[in-house]
Amino acid sequence: MSLDLKTVRRVASLARLHLEEGEDQRLQAELNGILGWIEQLQAVDTTGVEPLSGAGGTAMPMREDVVTDGGQAEAVLANAPDRAGAFFAVPKVVE
Amino acid sequence: MNPTDFTIRGALEALAEGIVTSEALTAAHLEAIEALNPRLNAFITVTAEKALEAARASDKRRAGGVAGKLEGIPLAIKDLFCTAGTRTTAASRILGEFVPPYESTVTANLLRDGAVFLGKVNLDEFAMGSSNATSAFGEVENPWKRGNDDGTRLVPGGSSGGSAAAVAARLAMGATATDTGGSIRQPAAFCGIAGIKPTYGRCSRWGVVAFASSLDTPGPVARSVEDCAILLESMSGHDPKDSTSANQPVPDFAAACARGVKGLRIGVPREYRLEGMPEEIEALWQQGLDWLRAEGAEIVDISLPHTKYALPTYYIVAPAEASSNLARYDGVRYGIRRDGEDLKDLYERTRAAGFGDEVKRRIMIGTYVLSAGYYDAYYVKAQQVRALIKRDFDQAFAKVDAIVTPATPSAAFAAGEKQDDPVAMYLNDVFTVTANLAGIPGMTVPAGYDRQSLPLGLQVLGKAFDEETVFAVSSVIERAAGLTKLPQVRAFA
Amino acid sequence: MSYTIEGETGPWELVIGLEVHAQVTSNAKLFSGAATEFGAEPNSQVSFVDAGFPGMLPVINRECVAQAVRTGLGLNAQVNPWSRFDRKNYFYADLPQGYQISQYQFPIVGTGQITIELADGSTREIGITRLHLEQDAGKSLHDQHPSKSYIDLNRSGVALMEIVSEPDMRSPEEAGAYLTKLRQILRYLGTCDGNMEQGSLRADVNVSVRKAGEGFRTRCEVKNVNSIRFVMQAVEAEARRQIEVWESGGTVDQETRLFDTTRGVTRSMRSKEDAHDYRYFPDPDLPPLVVDPSWIEELKAGLPELPDARRTRYVNEFGLSAYDASVLVAEKETAAFYEEVAAGRDPKVAANWVMGDFFAMLNRMGKGIEDSPVTAQHLGALLDLIADKTLSGKMAKEVLEAMGETGKPPGTIVEERGLRQVTDTGAIEAAVDAILAANPDKIAQYREKPTLFGWFVGQVMKAMKGQGNPALVNEVLKAKLGG
Repeated sequence: MSLDLKTVRRVASLARLHLEEGEDQRLQAELNGILGWIEQLQAVDTTGVEPLSGAGGTAMPMREDVVTDGGQAEAVLANAPDRAGAFFAVPKVVE
Repeated sequence: MNPTDFTIRGALEALAEGIVTSEALTAAHLEAIEALNPRLNAFITVTAEKALEAARASDKRRAGGVAGKLEGIPLAIKDLFCTAGTRTTAASRILGEFVPPYESTVTANLLRDGAVFLGKVNLDEFAMGSSNATSAFGEVENPWKRGNDDGTRLVPGGSSGGSAAAVAARLAMGATATDTGGSIRQPAAFCGIAGIKPTYGRCSRWGVVAFASSLDTPGPVARSVEDCAILLESMSGHDPKDSTSANQPVPDFAAACARGVKGLRIGVPREYRLEGMPEEIEALWQQGLDWLRAEGAEIVDISLPHTKYALPTYYIVAPAEASSNLARYDGVRYGIRRDGEDLKDLYERTRAAGFGDEVKRRIMIGTYVLSAGYYDAYYVKAQQVRALIKRDFDQAFAKVDAIVTPATPSAAFAAGEKQDDPVAMYLNDVFTVTANLAGIPGMTVPAGYDRQSLPLGLQVLGKAFDEETVFAVSSVIERAAGLTKLPQVRAFA
Repeated sequence: MSYTIEGETGPWELVIGLEVHAQVTSNAKLFSGAATEFGAEPNSQVSFVDAGFPGMLPVINRECVAQAVRTGLGLNAQVNPWSRFDRKNYFYADLPQGYQISQYQFPIVGTGQITIELADGSTREIGITRLHLEQDAGKSLHDQHPSKSYIDLNRSGVALMEIVSEPDMRSPEEAGAYLTKLRQILRYLGTCDGNMEQGSLRADVNVSVRKAGEGFRTRCEVKNVNSIRFVMQAVEAEARRQIEVWESGGTVDQETRLFDTTRGVTRSMRSKEDAHDYRYFPDPDLPPLVVDPSWIEELKAGLPELPDARRTRYVNEFGLSAYDASVLVAEKETAAFYEEVAAGRDPKVAANWVMGDFFAMLNRMGKGIEDSPVTAQHLGALLDLIADKTLSGKMAKEVLEAMGETGKPPGTIVEERGLRQVTDTGAIEAAVDAILAANPDKIAQYREKPTLFGWFVGQVMKAMKGQGNPALVNEVLKAKLGG
């Protein structure tokens, strides 16, 4: 499977990465190099193998239903590039 | 003897006996940092005032009869660990001047035990790299030089290059690090120090900037196996804030260092014998096995048949998780922002300006392999191969107690080498990445030198939650090797 | 006769399925310890987990899991002992992590079904496809500034249950009845407050149309409809639109639409770029969700009586009509109120009073049962005063009115107003004698015209200020007049 330029641009858009002039072509070459190398996995027979998604435990631990957090709007907002009072602010979103 | 030459064990004894104070130790390290960091670039942020203050507080506690397990020991913190009130960058532009309002569990554990933080050390951006060249804060120089050539700058390895360089050059007694595909073990090998990636779940990931959640493993680097054991004991423990943290007791790791290897069965996987691997690495491996045999271990040939698929598996799993983990860097709540025509444009320009090339490359790969139509062929396939790799280890560990391999396929390479070919760079992790996929512990122990007198390490792999055996085996290799060479660039040299 | 919409080419059937998002009732959020309360100051109920800060990790809230299991049991559904959380990846200003943690491939609850009741008294089974847990997003405010949107993350991370039905509904009424019934069950279970105005319950409505005997045609999804009435209106509007498209030779495109409540039509949402590539994958921060069978049993044992069971009990044990029973169980609070009034009393009389004068009074006052000034205990006491003949039915209505105005118990009002019914035969006889003595002419007329009896009753009651026991007054009058 090799990526065409259109796919590179679509993936960049999905990942929200602005591409400069020519960057799509450079990425196309690099990604195809990496994907070509990854392709060797197809040689492994994985019939009937249960996928392993993580190395963690077999059951998630659970927390009690108690309010232990929040009440810190100022700390939550302290690093914000733009804010309006107690809100984060972004360019207007048209729905 | 300079105060920077102490091991952690030695310093703890000297502190206990009143031969030295934490303030003196800390001041000496800060002086060394001031002298050498402009060259090595191991630290991104030095918190000198805070460190001295913490050292004085530590001395006061000790004088009052209260001394934690790491009371007064000056450490460096990989700048991937969030530190309350101190800027945390992940070596990326995108976090800007982000100051976390919280302390990671691992660093909080170290502070609880009395450690003193000197500052935040350099790394590959978001821990993605094997040479520390992807840092937005500049490359780190390896304190070691080729024997006949002290002009060539060598890389310290990555991603924990700042941690390894700082400890090797004696700018810190030990450091926190993280290992996703070899990011502790490869730089430790390149810088001639010890480093352990513990079992996944042993050290909490809470407060550590995420790269690939199912692989990321915090751990220590230090100048001796025992120092790593002392640090790991403090860093470990169950954390209810991390759903993948293991609820396992933390053993006395330092005590395990003295166990010896008599009666242990040590596996040697034939698949780790790579074509074109430098002779001295092959020789060192044999030497290591001989040392272990001489101490009473039995050497057993084993097979880990899916080893060659570990790297391509890793380069699907890690970028996939990273593409999602790094989605939160969007210029809205923290970090830098680049304005755009609309919100989407703001995201795209912010992320384009904030992320470096390697990070973008991995986000692209990860986004692609998860996208509709490719998920099964790439991601599910990789998870299946991951299951097979884990099964290989399960079967091997039914026969052996530990596995010994080379840590890296080469000694430290020169800055600028391998930069143009991502795949060549990825091959650095060929021996280390399997442990991350299987979740098992792995340690680098310095064991010898290549023909240019650069350090080489061996890797000891163990069963899940059996770091004790890993420490026991590593200690035997360390003692047998009896290395004495020091890096050319080091404190008070 | 099944529901159809008549088009130019003949009748069209409707096919409707609902995806309902129900906010889980819990103190803290699904994966963080921040509060879930409605209407708090912006960003005051936000943990660093909810705000997607670096290094923050999710840990699940046990109660949210329990609520999902309870709901699954209430929907007669299979609870999956092993389920998993996936990440749904997309960028949006109010989605701080850049992904929503949801259950895509392995939901906690599988297939189930509920019974809906229709106006003609018939019932239908509607299949439940699945129920899964997921995080809510934050809130964007677009009307606060000319060129900016403001983001409040208080809702970010609040637990939602997404409940997906089979495409089993065939009319707007059925869609409305399904949502009504689902809301009722959730409220009985206490797993969602069902408050549609505050957005605790919102529905995505999938609609398609077809000719009799056909398979499914393309469906459209009408997003975020926030009342039962609007769901019914949206179904019809969307069905009519699709019929028009088909009949004019066009094709219906699968898309997401919005219901314009003022104009009563659906309109296409500006199609989002990159839509539908959410790159789901298992959340590597979370091991699988394992629900122990013994825990499921424990939760099952603790379930409250659900509306269907309760309605059957009212009919079988209390002898209520099916209609009355339905009205009383419709809201959990009403049923609880009714049962308190009926306890130890005649359940039919209690039902008549609750549904009759009491509801009428609440209606007039514009109040709900939760803020009723008359408690169930007081209403019960009023029924007791009727039963022991202290009050006549007519007087009791007056007393109830006064209870509504003052909030006082009936006994107090009876005391204060001296409203005690007179059952003393002597007093009644005296009053009757006085009226008869004063009206000999009327007595003469009465001989000719017996219907004048009522006039005598009125005069006696008037003289007794309405407090004479009507039955006794009648009896005494009849005796004296009849002579």
